[in-house]
Amino acid sequence: MAQMTMIQAITDALRCELKDDENVLVFGEDVGVNGGVFRATEGLQNEFGEDRVFDTPLAESGIGGLAVGLSLTGYRPVPEIQFFGFVFEVMDSISGQLARYRYRTGNTFNMPVTIRSPFGGGVHTPEMHSDSLEGLMAQQPGLKVVIPSTPYDAKGLLISSIRDNDPVIFLEHLKLYRSVKGEVPEESYTIPLGKADVKREGKDLSIFAYGLMVHESLKAAEELEKEGYSVEVVDLRTVQPLDIETIIASVEKTNRAIVVQEAQKQAGIAANVVAEITERAILSLEAPVLRVAAPDTIYPFPQAENIWLPNYKDILETAKKVLTF
Amino acid sequence: MGEKLKKQFDPAATLQEVESKFEMFQILNEEGKIVNEDAVPDLSDEELVELMTRMVFTRILDQRSISLNRQGRLGFYAPTAGQEASQLASHFALEKDDWILPGYRDVPQIVFHGLPLWKAFLFSRGHFVGNQIPEGVNVLPPQIIIGAQYVQAAGVALGIKKRGTADVAITYTGDGGSSQGDFYEGINFAGAFKAPAIFIVQNNQFAISTPRDVQTSAKTIAQKGIAAGIPSVLVDGMDPLAVYVATRDARERAVKGEGPSLIETMCYRYGPHTMSGDDPTRYRTTDIDNEWAAKDPIVRFRIYLEGKGLWDEQKETEVIERAKEEIKAAIKKADETPKQKVTDLISNMYEEKPYNLQEQYEIFEAKESK
Repeated sequence: MAQMTMIQAITDALRCELKDDENVLVFGEDVGVNGGVFRATEGLQNEFGEDRVFDTPLAESGIGGLAVGLSLTGYRPVPEIQFFGFVFEVMDSISGQLARYRYRTGNTFNMPVTIRSPFGGGVHTPEMHSDSLEGLMAQQPGLKVVIPSTPYDAKGLLISSIRDNDPVIFLEHLKLYRSVKGEVPEESYTIPLGKADVKREGKDLSIFAYGLMVHESLKAAEELEKEGYSVEVVDLRTVQPLDIETIIASVEKTNRAIVVQEAQKQAGIAANVVAEITERAILSLEAPVLRVAAPDTIYPFPQAENIWLPNYKDILETAKKVLTF
Repeated sequence: MGEKLKKQFDPAATLQEVESKFEMFQILNEEGKIVNEDAVPDLSDEELVELMTRMVFTRILDQRSISLNRQGRLGFYAPTAGQEASQLASHFALEKDDWILPGYRDVPQIVFHGLPLWKAFLFSRGHFVGNQIPEGVNVLPPQIIIGAQYVQAAGVALGIKKRGTADVAITYTGDGGSSQGDFYEGINFAGAFKAPAIFIVQNNQFAISTPRDVQTSAKTIAQKGIAAGIPSVLVDGMDPLAVYVATRDARERAVKGEGPSLIETMCYRYGPHTMSGDDPTRYRTTDIDNEWAAKDPIVRFRIYLEGKGLWDEQKETEVIERAKEEIKAAIKKADETPKQKVTDLISNMYEEKPYNLQEQYEIFEAKESK
C-alpha cells in the first residue's frame, strides 16, 4: 500500500472512477491544465483528455446547471466548486434542482452528481474560503453530505459518492489536504455512505466528530487517557444521513457523549446528533450531551482564526465537564 | 476627442450600431400577407395545416384550462393565449429526439413533444405522476425557478455534443427571465462549449406586472446574445412563419456544430400571469390589449391558409371539437389516477431510503392505511 496525503487520495479516487466509468466527467474552474487550485485534479486532463476533464467559465450556477443537464443525458458529473464559500452562487442548482429531480419526477430521473469542494479553517484565507456550511446542506432533503477525515476514507468515500445515484456534497477540509498521510490501497475500493467509523474505542465517553475535528478529538482522547479516561472517538464521515446505529450503540456503551464540530454552534450537525441521542437513548445517559463548536459569528478574519476555531483543548474542557458530571 | 480616436473609441456609437441591427424579423404580417417572400419556409401543405391545428388546439386548451381552474378541477395554470406562434412554431422546427426545457407556461410544447395531456393536467394539480415523463420523451417538467432551465439547457446541450448525436436542447424563458444571472450563465456556457442549444425568450411584454422597459436598458433582449458571442435574432413572435424559420435556422447551426443561438420572440399573453389571483387590469390598459389582439397569430395564419385554400371554418370547427373531446378524455384519465400519498413522496427522495425516511415511511404507512 502506498502512503498518500488526502489530496493524493482524492486524485486517485477520481482517476479510478474516470478509468472505470466512461460517463464520469470532472469539471470546474481551473481543474483542467492547472489541475485545480489545490491540485486535486492534477494530471487528469492529460490522462483522460479534455472531453472528460475540463475547465468551465467562472460561474458556479452555470457549473451546477451543467451538472444537472449532463446527468439528464446520462453522464455522472463530478464538478468542483473551487471553495465551498462560493456555494451561495449555486444554491438553486443544488437545493432547487439537484436535490429535487428524483422527487419532482416521481423517481424517474437520477442525479448522480458529486459536488467536490474544499472548506474549513485554519489556513488564513480571505473571506468566504473557509466557512463550514455542511449544516446548510444537511438541511436540504435529497442530498447526502460526506466529509472525510483521512486519506483512506477520502478515497473510498469519494468512489462511493461518485457511484451513488443521488447527489452528494463531498467536502474536503483544506487543512487536511496535506497535513495527514496514511496507507491507501492502489486499487479501487468503496466505503459505504451513511456509515460512521469508530476511530478509537473507549468506554467512558463518546466523542462524535467529523473532518478536521476528528484529529483534534483523537488528540484530546490521548490526553484524557493519561488521566485514566477511556474515550471513544466516532468519525461520522457522512453527516447526512447520520449513521444512527453506530452513534446510539456508542452512547449505550459509554453513557456519556459530546459532539464536536468546527462550524458555528447554532443549528447544524452537532445539534442534530444531540437531538437524535436524546430522542433515542436518554435513559442511557449519565450526563447531558454537550457540544464543542465555534462561536455564532461570521467566520472570523484570519488574525482571530486560531482563537475562534475549536481545538483539542476546548474538547478536553468540555469532555471533563461531561466525565465529572 | 479627435476624429481618429472617436472612430476607435465611441462606446455610445457602438451601442447604437449594435442596437440598430436588431430589427424585428417578420414573414407574415398581421393582415396575413407575406412581407418577406425570400424567407418563406418550405413547409408542405400538410405541415402548414398541422401547425395551424396545433395552434387552434392550444387556444382551446387554454380556454378549457382556465375554466377548469375556475371550477377547481385544475391547480396551478399559466395561460398561453397570444403565445401560440411563439411556443408551437418554435417547437415545430424540432425533431423527436431534441430536448425541451420548459418554463411553467410552456406546457403546449411538451404536450406536442409527447407528454400525454392527462399528465400535464396532473402536473397542474400538483401530482407527481404528471412529472413521470414517458421513456423516450425528451422533455423536463416545467421549471418554476425563473431562468434555472437556461443553465440546465447548456448542460443538456453539452451532453448531446459529447454523445455526438444530431439533436439540440431548446429552452424557454420570458422577458423577466432575461434579467436573471442564470440567463447569461446559460447562454455564455453554451456559447463557450459551442453546445447545440436554442435559447428562446418569449418577450410577452410583462413579467407579471413589470413592463419590459423596467427589466433592462437594452433596446432588445436579443442583443444580449451578442455579449455571449452567439447568433441572436429578434422575431415577430405573433408570426408563426418567422418563429419557425428563426428556430429552424438556429437548429441547423446547432447540429452543424456552430453552437447555440438566442431568439427573442415579441409576443403577448392575453390572460393573467397565472390563474392564482393575478389581475392584468392593474398594470395593462385595454388599448395595449387591443393593439396586441390585432396581431393575433391564429387570425393571421388563418387568413394565410384560407388564401391558399388549406383552411376553412369547417376545418377549424372540427379541430375545436376534437380538442374538446381530447381534453375531456384527458381530464377523465387524470381523475382516475390514484391520489398520491406521503409514503409515495418519501419513496421518491432517494434511491434507497436513509434511516430517517425509513422511520417516517413506517409512520405514514400506518396513518395512510387507516
